[in-house]
Parts: sequence; structure tokens; C-alpha cells
Amino acid sequence: MTAPAVDCRHVSVRFLSERRTVTALDDVSFSVEPGGFTSLLGPSGCGKSTLLRVVADLIAPSEGDVTVLGTSPEEARKARALGFVFQDAALLPWRTALQNVELPLEVGGTRALPKGSATPKELLALVGLAGWENSFPHELSGGMRQRVAIARALLGGPRLLLMDEPFGALDEITRDRLNEELRRIWTETGATILFVTHSVYEAVFLADQVLVLSANPGRVAAVEKIDLPKARPLSIRETPEFVAIAARMRGYLGKGTHE
Amino acid sequence: MSEMAMSPSREAAIRAERDAFLARQKSARLKRRLLPLAGVIGLIGLWALLVYVLKVPPFVAPSPQLVAVTLVTKFDVLMTNLFPTAVEAIAGFLLGNFAAILIATVFVHKKSLEQAFFPVVVLINTIPVVAKAPILVLLLGNGMEPKIAIAALICFFPTLVNMVRGLESVNPQALELMRVLSASKTETFFKLRLLNALPYLFSALKIAASTAVIGAIVGEWIGSTTGIGALIIQSTYNFDSAMLYATVIVGSAFSVLFFLAITLAERLVVRWQPASGH
Repeated sequence: MTAPAVDCRHVSVRFLSERRTVTALDDVSFSVEPGGFTSLLGPSGCGKSTLLRVVADLIAPSEGDVTVLGTSPEEARKARALGFVFQDAALLPWRTALQNVELPLEVGGTRALPKGSATPKELLALVGLAGWENSFPHELSGGMRQRVAIARALLGGPRLLLMDEPFGALDEITRDRLNEELRRIWTETGATILFVTHSVYEAVFLADQVLVLSANPGRVAAVEKIDLPKARPLSIRETPEFVAIAARMRGYLGKGTHE
Repeated sequence: MSEMAMSPSREAAIRAERDAFLARQKSARLKRRLLPLAGVIGLIGLWALLVYVLKVPPFVAPSPQLVAVTLVTKFDVLMTNLFPTAVEAIAGFLLGNFAAILIATVFVHKKSLEQAFFPVVVLINTIPVVAKAPILVLLLGNGMEPKIAIAALICFFPTLVNMVRGLESVNPQALELMRVLSASKTETFFKLRLLNALPYLFSALKIAASTAVIGAIVGEWIGSTTGIGALIIQSTYNFDSAMLYATVIVGSAFSVLFFLAITLAERLVVRWQPASGH
């Protein structure tokens, strides 16, 4: 067996304030296989974004060990092995789509694109934005901005792509289309993906493993391998298999909360 | 969707509707341009009428015609006096804003310095300009220096406040992105914070453009023989109301030009739409 791409052992994160201590994550353990697609599913406030930020070295865990691609999150970040896609596209408004994708080449020390990896232009084409290179973010729709953010995260061919509810603010039609395309991009790039969402459908449709988190404090409620074919048209969501899995997920979510 | 064949009459109606809409838009645009002009002309007319009907003596208030004549006949005197005021205002503008940008940068990177000195800055800002001016004249003498200092001081505060806000109100996810990319503090400053602050900076610069001129004029009130401010004082003491009005018009015309120049610069520099309206 190969070493996992992400391995979290007994990770806890506490946020301290003068009034109280909030436990965002409590003793969370899980691992993601290289090349796998894992969804982190949970209600808002369950710490799923916090968990993603622990993996990305944006938050240091209060307790526990995290291994990312065989090293520490810090080493992985410095080696540019990670790509991060935020909930709002976080594009720089003064840069065109192409210039936004090129940003990773200009910061963190001058970096040349690794040999053989896709150019910014090719990545924009990969996310379906060929011809939009010179458009500014305010000229793009919400879905297109998120595509630019994905292209930016893919620059340099990261081995691990971390996505924090990237389609949460989009309308359902756009979201469905991007879900389909994300499956395609995942197959084409071969990257490991860790995807945060609060949508049961999205989590099950995209992933080959779903990690369900419960809230207050964030704990692992269930881990389940998704036994669906690799080729997934959107219509798969109406099949009995899919509906059964989704229902089970909802069951896990219900158990973990007090509502 | 089915292909619909439109009847010619319906097509004509739709075209007529569009033509009428465009005509309405055009007249609305014309109105927007003409109304401010009409307001100014109306006001000048009212002024002329009041002076004429109430027989206001010229040492109290001049008629607009008299002001116009003075503007033409005394043009060289007005320009000779505008020159030092303009130099002081522009020098003060550059100095004050440059200092504000520099200090805002320091404040953003060293929070403890901001906590120590921001209250001092607020305190100095609460002193009225007319009270600061004599202090600076005593300190810096009778030349251009105190006027430049006053103009600089008056520009400084709005720019500092806006610049700090612009540098700090960066999208938190963009900051996280910079961290994921292992960007250095300098890179984050130049690639993210500084550009993010530009729309805020220009809001402040537009205010500063007019206040710098006010600062220079107030400085000239206290011990100066040339400049728009000095001319204002002289013509008041001479009961030369026409000259006084002409001087004020020249001063404010310069202010407007300064403001327009900054607005133009803003259009050239800030070509994107700010992420958040402010």
C-alpha cells in the first residue's frame, strides 16, 4: 500500500477568546489515498473549513499530527504541492483572468513553471475559459470567477487540491455543471482532492470517499467509500444506489446534531 | 423554442418603441448637462439683480459685471499671486500625502506603533488650521515653508486614515492565498495591499486636492505679502470687493482644476472595479 496523501491523527483545534474556548475540531482522524477524491461533509460550524486549513498550513492544530504528502503541512506548502480554492474566488480585481492564474509564478520567490506542466493559458482552456484571458474579474460571472480560481490553484501541477465550498455561492444550474467538470478535471490532472461542502448531493456525486463531520465540537461522524461508477453523469443522482447513499449520509448528519 | 415569424407591423412597433426610448435617453442626458449650467447662470443673474435693485455700494458687494471686468484687467496681478499659492498647495499636497502613505505603511506592519501614535495624530488633527498656522509661522518663518507645512498637515490626516483602511481591508481569503503561495510580506504588500488601497487613496487625494489649496491660503493670511491669501486680506482692507471676489474665483478655479487632475489620474490608474463599494 502506498502512503496516504493526507493523514490526520487525533487532530484537535481550539480557538481561544477571553470569554470562552471554542473546540472547532475534537480528535479527528482520517486519511486520503493518493489520487483520491474525498468530500468533507457537515453542517456549518462543524469545523470542516478549519480541517482544510489545518491541512493547508493556514491553522496550526492544538493537538495531533498531520502528514501531507509524506511531510509536514508547512513543507508541503513551501514545496508548492498544494493548491487551494476558496469559497469566494479571491481573485485580484486589478488583474485579468490570465494574470490571476499567473500570480503563483510571481510570489513566494521567483518560480519557473515545472517542466511539462500546463501553462496558465492551457489551464484556462482546461476550465473552459479559452478566449476569456484578458477579461477582468468584474466582467466574469460568479461561476467563471470560480473557474479562474481553480485554474490558478492547478498552476504548477499541485499533487493535492484543497477546495473550501468553492461552489457554495453559485446557483444550482452552474453548480451542477461545475461539479461535472470538476470530475473531469480530477481525472485529467490526477491530483488528490479534498473538497469541503455542506451539500449531501455534491459530496456524494463528486467523491470516492465522504467524511461526515458533526458539529459542536467537530468530530468524525462517519467515513464511507462511495461505491459508484467512475463515469458519473448528473443523472446518476436519480438512481436508487445514489439515493440510498445520500439517505445514509443524511442519517449520519442527523445523528451528530442536536436539531 | 419555436421560430416565430414576426409580422411587419409588430416589427415596426418594436423599432418605434426603441427609437422613442433612445430619444428620451438623449434628452435626459442633455438635461443633465444643461441644468447645472442653468443653475450657475441663474444665480449670477439673481446676484446682478439684487445688487442693482438694492443699490448695494461697490465696497460692500460688487456686481458680477464689475467682477468680470476686474478678472480681465487685473489678470496679471491675479496670476502673479496665484503662482506662489499654487506652488505651496502642490508642494504641501505632495509632502503631506507622501508622509501619510509612508506612515500608513508603517502602521499596518507595526501595530504597536499605530497604537502609540494614532491618538497623537488624531489629537493634532483636532487643532483647527487657523490655530495651527500661527504656530508654524513662528517655527518656520515668513517664507513659503510654513504655508507648505500647513497644506501638508491638512492633507495628511484624511490620507492616513483612508490609506490604513485600504491597506487593511484586504479580502481575508486573498491573504490566505498569499500564505498558501508562501508569499513574503513585501510581496503581499506590493501585489495585494497596495493595489487594494489605491481606490481608497484616490478618495483621500480628491479631498486633499481642495484642502491643500485652503491650507496654503490660510497660511498666507498670517504674515504674507504675496499669494491668493494675501490678496484676499489686502482687498478686504481696501474695501475693494471686486478684487476680493475676483481673487476668490481664481483661487477656487485653481482648486477645481487640481481636483479634476486627480480625478483624471484616478481614471487612468484605477481601471478595475473595487471589490467592495466604499
